[in-house]
Amino acid sequence: MAVKVIIPTPLRVYAGKRGSTDVAAGTVGEALEKLTAEFGDLKKHLFTEDGKLRSFVNVYVNDEDIRYLAKEQTPTKDGDTVSIVPSIAGGCCW
Amino acid sequence: MASRENFGGGMEISAPVTITPELAEKIRAHGAETYPHECCGALLGREELVQDQKIVREIVGLYPLVNRRDDSPRNRFSVTSEDVREAEKAATARDLEVVGWYHSHPDHPARPSEFDREHAWPWYSYVIVSVANGRPEDMTSWRLNDDREEFSSETIEVRDLRKGAASKGLGNSARTTR
Repeated sequence: MAVKVIIPTPLRVYAGKRGSTDVAAGTVGEALEKLTAEFGDLKKHLFTEDGKLRSFVNVYVNDEDIRYLAKEQTPTKDGDTVSIVPSIAGGCCW
Repeated sequence: MASRENFGGGMEISAPVTITPELAEKIRAHGAETYPHECCGALLGREELVQDQKIVREIVGLYPLVNRRDDSPRNRFSVTSEDVREAEKAATARDLEVVGWYHSHPDHPARPSEFDREHAWPWYSYVIVSVANGRPEDMTSWRLNDDREEFSSETIEVRDLRKGAASKGLGNSARTTR
């Protein structure tokens, strides 16, 4: 089951400058696992040290935000597109 | 040419990011307009490989956004993933990319905070304008190091593209304020 993972521009430098890659995965979690196995440098930008998806990392299956589906357990099927989309936050002081 | 501080991220000296005087002024004006709240927006631009394999980043457009942090707009800003997608579409329509983000620091220096660092993405230019008592002051730009531990400063070159000459350097170099 090949799904296409879209890598956001700021992370392409850690993925051989590629904008997307195909992985065999039955869930979103599995797709991200395969992605970071292939491109190890992506891991710390996508996951916290305890292995949770960072809060500003958003994942869509086709056009659906996985937060409103089954999160990382969201199933993927052949031909699906998994997009990693940044959200941006900051502020002047802690 | 700005020397990027190297705090273990293995970053090398980087070329400056260029912006036109009009766009630099628009960022300042946005910061003044939303004061005492933080403003935010996307930086649209392109990267070009010039001689010596140097990559030059140019900001040629802005996509101002609404700060989604209604609960704490004086010291936080937030751009949702939907906003990011909108900004990316706007960039693509102009054959550009989202090369970074700007925001203001009302009554605080134009230096990234620890909160900025924790939420930052690599590669993007993070432009910060400090706004003191409603008046825009310093404007700086930063990039997160590969190891996520520190930001490196990036010189902003305000350049009128029609004249093709740099008029002003607004570089800064400092560590994250903690």
